[in-house]
Amino acid sequence: MTPLVSIERVSRRFGSVVALDDVSLDIHENEFFALLGPSGCGKTTLLRILAGFETVDAGAVWLAGTDLLPVPPYRRPINLMFQSYALFPHLSVERNVAYGLEREGRPRDEVRARVAEVLRVVGITETARRRPSQLSGGQRQRVALARAIVKRPRLLLLDEPLSALDRKVREEMQLELKRLQHEVGITFVVVTHDQEEAMSLADRIAVLQHGRVQQVDAPVVLYERPRTLFVATFIGSNNVFPGMVTADGGVAVHGLGVLPARSGGVPPGASASLAIRPEHITLDEMAPTLRGTVADTQFYGGQSTLAVDVPGWGRPVVVTQQGATRIGRGTPVGLRWDPAWAVVLAE
Amino acid sequence: MRSLRWGVVPLAITFAFLYLPILVVVALSFNASDSQFRWAGFSLEWYGELAGNREIIASLGNTIVVAVGATAGSVVLGTLLAIGLHRYLRWSALDALALGPAIAPDIVMAIGLLALYVTAGVTLGLHTVLLSHIVFGTAFVAAVVKARLGHLDPSLEEASLDLGATPLSTFFRVTVPGLLPAIVAGGLLVFTLSLDEFVIAFFTNGPATPTLPMVIYAMLRFGLTPEINALAALLLVVSFTAVIAAQRLTGLGGSDE
Repeated sequence: MTPLVSIERVSRRFGSVVALDDVSLDIHENEFFALLGPSGCGKTTLLRILAGFETVDAGAVWLAGTDLLPVPPYRRPINLMFQSYALFPHLSVERNVAYGLEREGRPRDEVRARVAEVLRVVGITETARRRPSQLSGGQRQRVALARAIVKRPRLLLLDEPLSALDRKVREEMQLELKRLQHEVGITFVVVTHDQEEAMSLADRIAVLQHGRVQQVDAPVVLYERPRTLFVATFIGSNNVFPGMVTADGGVAVHGLGVLPARSGGVPPGASASLAIRPEHITLDEMAPTLRGTVADTQFYGGQSTLAVDVPGWGRPVVVTQQGATRIGRGTPVGLRWDPAWAVVLAE
Repeated sequence: MRSLRWGVVPLAITFAFLYLPILVVVALSFNASDSQFRWAGFSLEWYGELAGNREIIASLGNTIVVAVGATAGSVVLGTLLAIGLHRYLRWSALDALALGPAIAPDIVMAIGLLALYVTAGVTLGLHTVLLSHIVFGTAFVAAVVKARLGHLDPSLEEASLDLGATPLSTFFRVTVPGLLPAIVAGGLLVFTLSLDEFVIAFFTNGPATPTLPMVIYAMLRFGLTPEINALAALLLVVSFTAVIAAQRLTGLGGSDE
């Protein structure tokens, strides 16, 4: 299947700052795709290139087989939901939503019907005649969403869609976005710095750092099989031990000895880091890999976190356990993990 | 609270200082006596005289033609200048330079404009006054509109383009409505400034088409007549109305963010 969007070797720099460095990505039809990375990683630049507000220095962008770059933003079958929502303050909600259809020269009856329909879909029919300044944050976001999907674009871009909302509304909108994406059958590309947002929304995530694509994978794969140290630490929490790959596939760490892992493709003798998730470390007194003492415990309701001081290692090793822990501070513990869960990342 | 009560005294003195001349003119315009210095009861006589003075009425027509034309010209040029400076030339020296004609002393502008017209061989008349007023008017409108542009969300224009509006359509449907309070305020400012502008008009006008301030000046040379007071009072009403409207509009513009 040919991808809906093909980004081929795109580079973009602003003065001495490299925003995008040889980025290639494919986005498929009906996919919920996320561009994830810290601020300054180039994700917003890529989004603006897709929308048509930014140019490239090198590379090509294809949409369904046609060259997108020479097409001005107002002729692209792509709509963007702005981070600030960018609702027109002088127009009512329905006029905001109708704006794109009116520019297409649609008959008035069709415009009215489609606006009413999309306001119903996003659940803000009752606000139709209000001005944006009279709406709550959640309502504004729904108007912005309605305005962006009413033209039925091939591609919907969402710039940090949930960042301006408070926590409760954000969780609600998260579900809403997923539902909508199924319902309207539009390809969504969301840009976010929030890994939880990306993980919960997207079918696939591209992690960017310093203008380079680090990894493109489904959320579960990104979490369980990160391919770079950046991905391993940016997504979720991880215990990282830098060292050298041994012949049996483990990692020899200065001060700790050989830690068990399955090195995968990393050859013995190479510098590498071992990453093990806190929930994959178990307490084991019989045959522990590491021994230490509990320095601190934190209870989060569903789970608890233990910070374990290990002699010879400068930073506490973090272990999570289901439910409340009965282990107190100062208790000596043994730590163990299944080598299959330990990821070895080449330097 | 005590400090507030005593603070009223200097406030009252200041406002008296500011408004006494205006009150005197308005009061005298209703004076039945034809002497400036003797009160002889309330009368609308001078307003009647004023209405019958064809010279004044004709000059009022000239003034309104210039004021309306200068407002229209300045609003268009000033808005475009502000947008151009804001969007394409982020250079503060140029911003200051654009404000020059508004800051420069009228007499300097007047001499410069006159020299320019004479050198270029342009016949002086109402059209040269109009052109001259557009020169400083444009600077005023540009300054007001530029201040507003800084507060406008640039993603509004992008949203319009994104939704399929051409750049031209975006300008009229999103940019201009966003700037409207500033455009109207700037326009009203230019209108009131042009209405009573004397120095530049005096230098750059031809003899056949005097503006109102020029006629008033000419009348003064034959001694003050109470007609002038009535005229001044009327001008005051027009100017104040325009300025209050401008302030209200800019106030509205600021509060909708």
